[in-house]
Amino acid sequence: MPLDWSPLWLSLRYAGWATLLASLVALPLAWILARRRFPGSAFLDAAATLPLVLPPAVLVYYLLAALGRWPLHFSWHAAVGVSAIYTLPLLLRMIRTSLAAVDRSFENAARVLGAGEWRTFGRVTLPLAWRGLLAALLAGFARAFADFGATAIVAGNAGTGWLLPIAATALAALYIGNRMWRGQVLA
Amino acid sequence: MIQVRLGGHGVDVEFQAASGITALFGAAGAGKTFILDAIAGFETPASGRIILDDEILFDAASRVNLPPRSRHCGYVARQWALFPHMSLHDNLLFPLAGLARLERHRRVKEMLERFALQEAAPRRPRDVSPVERLRATVARALIGEPKLLLVDEPAAGLDIALRAEWHGILRLVRDETSLPMLLAARDPETCFDLAANMLLLDAGRILQSGPPRQVLDQPVSVEAARLLGIRNLFPAEIVALDPGRNTSRLRLENFELTGPYLPGRLRGDRVWLCVEPGQLRAAPHDGAKPSLNQVPVRLERASEMPRAVRLEFAGGIVAEIARRDFEQRPKDNDNKEWMVEFPPHALRVLGCP
Repeated sequence: MPLDWSPLWLSLRYAGWATLLASLVALPLAWILARRRFPGSAFLDAAATLPLVLPPAVLVYYLLAALGRWPLHFSWHAAVGVSAIYTLPLLLRMIRTSLAAVDRSFENAARVLGAGEWRTFGRVTLPLAWRGLLAALLAGFARAFADFGATAIVAGNAGTGWLLPIAATALAALYIGNRMWRGQVLA
Repeated sequence: MIQVRLGGHGVDVEFQAASGITALFGAAGAGKTFILDAIAGFETPASGRIILDDEILFDAASRVNLPPRSRHCGYVARQWALFPHMSLHDNLLFPLAGLARLERHRRVKEMLERFALQEAAPRRPRDVSPVERLRATVARALIGEPKLLLVDEPAAGLDIALRAEWHGILRLVRDETSLPMLLAARDPETCFDLAANMLLLDAGRILQSGPPRQVLDQPVSVEAARLLGIRNLFPAEIVALDPGRNTSRLRLENFELTGPYLPGRLRGDRVWLCVEPGQLRAAPHDGAKPSLNQVPVRLERASEMPRAVRLEFAGGIVAEIARRDFEQRPKDNDNKEWMVEFPPHALRVLGCP
């Protein structure tokens, strides 16, 4: 059987998009959670962490149930979206930790020296937190990459090609069913 | 000129400060840093008003609360807070973002020269000496031409040599500019050395204010004296007052002392007696009969200090005598009995216990 690399490339691409999407949401949210106290911030924090402890299949089940009225179009984009949601809590946790680790005296120094909040974030907080942010992105990417359950339910193989974890699971199923030819399953 | 009235967060203070150094002094948690942070705009007080040169920075009643960047305050943080990922040069450049390029570079160059930082400028804070870090921190706070300098004195990490440098830097700024400076001081020596005025803070309130010499010499209360680190505070009762001979008689727990006449006090008043450890005279008891204000006490501990020996006696009496006097005492007996003399002119009396 010739080695098929396409699931690997597809997974990389797909995990990359999911990580990017998730970090775009996670970064501002993590900053707010790390630096601002407002009514309900503790609740938001807990709610954002919850998906981390739910099994992916359960998470997606509830997600689908919540979207019940607007049925999800099983597509590549939906798969990325679901994976991003699945990755978000981990990213949020880690980004938040690394932002909170930046000593506030640096940020306050920037503010009193005339910098607004954006400049403070871009010139001081981000550069000081970049190691932690990089670690968060890698971990988020790994989670999106290795994820099977969530995506399998949403994406299946509906015209998207095979993602690596799904392909592996399918292959395992093939061995068990003693049907070595991929086409049999696809058909 | 800064006028401050603040309430909330366990703090309730009102003061104003003109050019020169005004020191805030008090135990940890007394509210020094909170006051500085409230003026800089990092903290929002529950009530009060802050006015800097006719500009209202904060007013709880009319909900004015300028963001830190519009307050024109320089702030030297306790942790120094030089940006670790930028060179000293870029740290100095940071506050000048709004200016034209040439003007920025002119100012940075000028400031680097003024604080002798040209050599260190291209390096990052962790790669320069502590003295250069201190100078750079102050230079960065001044480069935006603030109207007020807030200094939260670094508590740790200032060894004796660095402390001298630090005082030198502050003195330089004080003498070269006419800025009002608020200094959260960690020890009374700093106040004494640099400040024109000091505010003695305790649990968010001002206990006493005035020139440091006056505050240290005449604490208004026993709390103030304790905060200033004054030893030898004893509860006492006035048993006699003689305006004719200008004397008074004070009864302490175990003995009586003759002091100066105490105007405004009555016989029977309960007061606190306070004596500087350095003003007590102490010598081993040679068996002679005690003369005026001499009290026999038992030595509990003698500890070496850089320039003196501190003797701690029973009853909480602490005396400091010159090392030479201590070393020349008769060594023939291991006598723990000492005679301590309270010179009448050294006795000070503070409020009611």
